[in-house]
Amino acid sequence: MLTSLLPEFTVDRSEDRCIQCRVCERQCSFDVFGYDGENNVMVHREENCVACQRCSVLCPTNALVIRENQYTYRPNANWTREYIQDLKKQAETGGVLLTGMGCDKPHKIYWDHILINASQVTNPSIDPLREPMELRTHLGRKPDQLEMVDGKLVLPDYPNVEISTPIMFGAMSYGAISYNSFRCLARAAFEYGTMFNTGEGGWPMELRKYGKSTIVQCASGRFGLDLEYFNDAAVVEIKIGQGAKPGIGGHLPGEKVSEHISQTRMIPEGSDAISPAPHHDIYSIEDLHMLIHAIKEAVDYQKPVSVKISAVHNAPAIASGMVRAGADIIVLDGLRGGTGAAPKILRDNVGIPIELALAAVDTRLRNEGIRNWASLVVSGGIRNSADIFKAIALGADAVYIGTPALMALGCTVCQKCYTGKCAWGITTQDPYLTKRVNPEIGTQNLKNLLRAWSLEIKELLGCGGINSIESLRGNRLQLRGIGLESWELEALGIRGAGQ
Amino acid sequence: MKDLSKVNNPYNDEKVISQCSIFGMMSTVGELFSGKAIITAVANMHDRGNGLGGGFAIYGCYPDRSEDYCLQIMFNTRVSREETEVYLKRFFHINHAEEIPTFPTKAIKNPPDVWRYFVQPKLEELHEIISEDDVVTRRVFTINTTLEGAYVFSSGKNMGVFKGVGFPEEIAEYFGLEHYQGYIWTAHGRFPTNTQGWWGGAHPFSLLDWTVVHNGEISSYGANRRFLEMYDYVCSMHTDTEVVAYAVDLLARRHGLPVEVVMDIFSPPVWEQIDRMGPEERVYFEALRNTYGPLLLNGPFAIIVAHHGEMVAHTDRIRLRPMVAGIRGDMVYASSEESAIRLVSPQLDRVWIPVGGHPIIARIKDTPGQEVVKGGRELDKGEKAEEFPTC
Repeated sequence: MLTSLLPEFTVDRSEDRCIQCRVCERQCSFDVFGYDGENNVMVHREENCVACQRCSVLCPTNALVIRENQYTYRPNANWTREYIQDLKKQAETGGVLLTGMGCDKPHKIYWDHILINASQVTNPSIDPLREPMELRTHLGRKPDQLEMVDGKLVLPDYPNVEISTPIMFGAMSYGAISYNSFRCLARAAFEYGTMFNTGEGGWPMELRKYGKSTIVQCASGRFGLDLEYFNDAAVVEIKIGQGAKPGIGGHLPGEKVSEHISQTRMIPEGSDAISPAPHHDIYSIEDLHMLIHAIKEAVDYQKPVSVKISAVHNAPAIASGMVRAGADIIVLDGLRGGTGAAPKILRDNVGIPIELALAAVDTRLRNEGIRNWASLVVSGGIRNSADIFKAIALGADAVYIGTPALMALGCTVCQKCYTGKCAWGITTQDPYLTKRVNPEIGTQNLKNLLRAWSLEIKELLGCGGINSIESLRGNRLQLRGIGLESWELEALGIRGAGQ
Repeated sequence: MKDLSKVNNPYNDEKVISQCSIFGMMSTVGELFSGKAIITAVANMHDRGNGLGGGFAIYGCYPDRSEDYCLQIMFNTRVSREETEVYLKRFFHINHAEEIPTFPTKAIKNPPDVWRYFVQPKLEELHEIISEDDVVTRRVFTINTTLEGAYVFSSGKNMGVFKGVGFPEEIAEYFGLEHYQGYIWTAHGRFPTNTQGWWGGAHPFSLLDWTVVHNGEISSYGANRRFLEMYDYVCSMHTDTEVVAYAVDLLARRHGLPVEVVMDIFSPPVWEQIDRMGPEERVYFEALRNTYGPLLLNGPFAIIVAHHGEMVAHTDRIRLRPMVAGIRGDMVYASSEESAIRLVSPQLDRVWIPVGGHPIIARIKDTPGQEVVKGGRELDKGEKAEEFPTC
């Protein structure tokens, strides 16, 4: 069929450099390249290119440059190239547009409008290379108070889990990502002393040895759930929503449900794995209360139960209800949170930025005097260690990272996860592609990322004269806003720079 | 749900940066002594302050009315006193009220009126199960946050706080403190760097009979304060020291934890040390840090905390502010500088610099042979601090 779409990207090949080795052709999973043997030249189908950069990175002679197509329609502030193209696609197909990764719209990124304090004169800054600097974090409910009886402390009996740094790998299911990627996350978390989240696609038996670093999910599809699944893990998370697609479920197409995935998810091979939009046993907060306690019964109250929602307008009230319903950890996933597949219109328009949701929820729980009843984990839009530092100062206990972890494995955020063709071998089940993630290198890169960010957080703490992460938590005095309006400063609970 | 934003500053930015001198002395047999020595001692550290705040806490100074709460309140205006007295009459039985006698000196400019009221809270109208201390605490917060121009200096029994803008020796002269008798005295000379000194902002900070003098800047202030707000504390004194006083009140009085435990919460060992401890000690510190992590005091500080029967000198866990302790007979001293102790007690049985994060606790001797000074392990010559490098 004739398409009226213009290619988004162009392939610039330097013919002087190209040696016709056909690496690009083999590496591209989107069928951009072909070889014309008669003329001994490479040919391009640019309309297929997604700018994942797999070809240009692997080209041995650096002959390839992938750049944005410079074509332009008549300039129009209202009808941008993206909207025109989207509309045309829909006119040609009649379908909902899908996409992958997080919202790429220029909604205000509050992290970039927050600056961090440092000590000068009155308060010595601390050198993390020479003095202790503590990032260890415990997640779970904390008691309101401790008691002494006969000179001995009565120990609290709420289960908590310990992580060596306040950075965890967010939920990405086996199915949405490849097995190699999945096990890299599991092993890196285990070896670094933090947590990874299985997502909702079950948990392969051979990875259960990483149990003390594993958070398992119970989502609306209830894939791969049994008593062992709960009890082998460190934390059980009930997934209500996801920042990239609040209010809707998921759909893993049957062609991705291989034998191993079928076993892991406990569904027939080749069948679609559908997660309904809501949990059909949770239509209200009291239903959530029942599921939380059903899980707590299943794990004999020995593990924290987490509840994850996407950051929506009335998140504070919902979060309060979740905590009162018994959640030991609450997770907020913001507007920019990633996904393997979501309707583009939802991803880009539904939800609120995590910074605002986090500040509002933390304030609300404190006003109610129940902030210590649950740990607060945030995700969706964390890009570097400063974002994490700011999140903790706004009130978070820890963060989940998803997209950054995938980037450590090779991802370049081309947003084509939903196609199942990921040329980097991450969001695909094609065995030809999945072997591109080397489990050893992938694990090492993930650990490197955790280490690098942890070191940077220590530097930021030290320059502020703080030697323990708990003294940063909710310490909004360490932050100042820049380029924010007064309502935004108020919502974040921070002063403006210079104030 | 309470709306803290109505009564409080949601930005938590009222902390004042200051550098100071602190001094405390206690007779562990409860013998009363005058303020002469402590005034001399703290005056010797004159240069550690800048004349924008000085103050004293005295324990045992009102033996004749020791059953009444003594509210020492400063008033900016006559109107604020009248309004406050209406409030006090409404909620307390006032057994005695008087203006605190003063001896005007050139150094003290434009002082507020300071009164003391010996009172008993009215419990009969309250339809709830609540302790007298909690009622008094609640009233003190109401006065501080809603009655304009009135601030409560202290609210304990048989004790009082005297403070203001000036060097501590000038404040002592103004209130005639050499005429008072007490068995614990603490003193403070202040060097605020980012605010006009004001009378309510001078140390000691007090709630009921707990007092705190503090030298330092609390980098965890924002976190500490927001945690305390969950437990209904309202910070109104525009300084970070206030959070120490409220944290002590929460932990020691409301949660009933001994001061040793409170100090362990303020400056616990680092996790790596805890990992190496025996199981009993390990679970103790794990429980403390997990429950009260938001009350860990970060940043440089040296504090002297006192209440009836106990005086505690403590520093942050990497000891970024000075503290020296001394003992002579039944007297226990704690000071920013050794010279100040030597000035009032040239001969000492023992004098030492305690290891950071390890409190020195002096207790009233009520049984023979009791150890009256606990903790504060000193470093032997040439020894390196095993827990933490001290500066």
